[in-house]
Amino acid sequence: MGDDPVARAVELRGVTMAYRARDGDYTAVSDVDLAVDRGRFVSVVGPTGCGKSTVLNAVAGLLPPAAGEVLIEGQPLRGLNRKAGYMFQQDGLLPWKTVLDNVAFGLQLRGTSKSERDELARDWITRVGLAGFEDSYPHQLSGGMRKRTAVAQTWIGDPEMLLMDEPFGALDVQTRQVMENELLTLWTGTEKTVLFVTHDLDEAISLSDEVVLLSAGPASRIVGTYPVDLPRPRNLLDIRTSPEFTEIYRAIWSDLRDEVMKTYERIG
Amino acid sequence: MSASVETTPETRTTGPVRRKPRRKRRPAVLITQIAVAVFVVLGWELCARAGIVDEFFFSKPSDIVSRTIDWFATGSIWEHLQITLVEAALALVIGGLLGLVIGFLLARVEFIAAVFDPYIKVLNALPRVVLAPIFLLWFGLGIWSKVAFGVTLVFFIVFFNTYQGVREVDRVVVDNARMLGAKEGQLVRHVLLPSALTWIFSSLHISVGFAIVGAVVGEYLGASKGVGYLISQAEGTFDTTGVFAGMFVLSAVVLVVDVAVNRVERYLLRWKPSQDNNFGGGQR
Repeated sequence: MGDDPVARAVELRGVTMAYRARDGDYTAVSDVDLAVDRGRFVSVVGPTGCGKSTVLNAVAGLLPPAAGEVLIEGQPLRGLNRKAGYMFQQDGLLPWKTVLDNVAFGLQLRGTSKSERDELARDWITRVGLAGFEDSYPHQLSGGMRKRTAVAQTWIGDPEMLLMDEPFGALDVQTRQVMENELLTLWTGTEKTVLFVTHDLDEAISLSDEVVLLSAGPASRIVGTYPVDLPRPRNLLDIRTSPEFTEIYRAIWSDLRDEVMKTYERIG
Repeated sequence: MSASVETTPETRTTGPVRRKPRRKRRPAVLITQIAVAVFVVLGWELCARAGIVDEFFFSKPSDIVSRTIDWFATGSIWEHLQITLVEAALALVIGGLLGLVIGFLLARVEFIAAVFDPYIKVLNALPRVVLAPIFLLWFGLGIWSKVAFGVTLVFFIVFFNTYQGVREVDRVVVDNARMLGAKEGQLVRHVLLPSALTWIFSSLHISVGFAIVGAVVGEYLGASKGVGYLISQAEGTFDTTGVFAGMFVLSAVVLVVDVAVNRVERYLLRWKPSQDNNFGGGQR
């Protein structure tokens, strides 16, 4: 595993991401090499403002790299990444569409017939536990329910890889754990590649096969990659107290702490 | 993968948030409101009868009411009302469509926006009333000079709202739609247009109000039919009662239209959280 380039869903080679800011260019991440094998759940963690989301946007094709190359399934990425589903930090639900139409939106864009896409959407709505809310509008839902809608909206198109940008960051702790658990249940057995960005090390370790640590920004680099060998299926409600978990946590945290301290020193 | 999640704590406790029921008007408020109306109307009437205010300049409520009833009884008012409303409706539709198309164009094409920005500002700064004479010359005394005048008023409201609506559309919603596979045309249809329409519909009261203002002011300056013409005729013969009756009919019609617009707006923006707004059409 790892050496065969075809087995790699995502590969970043020397990727540098820069913005044009008012006072000159701002380099968010610099010279990042990253390989994600197909079907793996990989989390990217790092201190605030280290450019985690920028890396995700590069993989999504929303933001072209200033230097370097993004390879998807061994092919250089041009334009948007059509193989990926993207879950944003703030959900991108269309406020003028009902839950049903929001979930069916991706299929509608592909030209699937109304009856067919509605049937599939209802199926997904039930699967994420929102049966009965098909005709509600996003503003009528709680934060957790909006996330569920976003999950259904992203997953219904059956993307080969999922990019998630702190998708549960805005939720309260309990809802968050429930959603994490459901995400794992949904993902298990699908062979989908997941790239999950978070600042929460707990979340990263408990969900992933591998944790990638980014250094403090600007111009962040990859500090290290840490395998997480916890057995699956995992029960997220118990896993955090297991000794193996604590051991992995301690190993990554000692590195992450250094980066967090650097960030704070820089901010002052 | 049977993610059975029906009984998670968070879906159980929160149903869809129902809209707040409209705040009930307290009886005390209603009674006072009626009292104010009675006081003003009765005071006016009595003062006019007692000669405290000059009836020639101020007329009196009983005369105004009987004149209004007379207009409706003989049916002479309908022709004028119809003309005014047709002019307003045409101004609304034409001004709205122009504003929508041009607003969209400028919001999407940076170059055009940069070129036309000063011209739009100049045109908008122009007090619209001064355009009425030139429109009268161009389009004659018929309805089209009034429509043209109304269009200049409605256009800018719709234009600015469309421009704003398209530009201020949530970045995340656009990115999300693109990641879900939206092409440029689909992006316009499913994301940009609805976003712009939100802004346009929330300014519908103002647009409708301006369309009516355009029609009436246009008629006032030169016409052969319409409520504005009626008022100007009454003024020309020092018929204060006629002027007041015209004003009375006009504001009653605008109130009815406002209620209708409210209904339409509530339906079209049903996906939005409701906001209490007491002075919806207070722009005129």
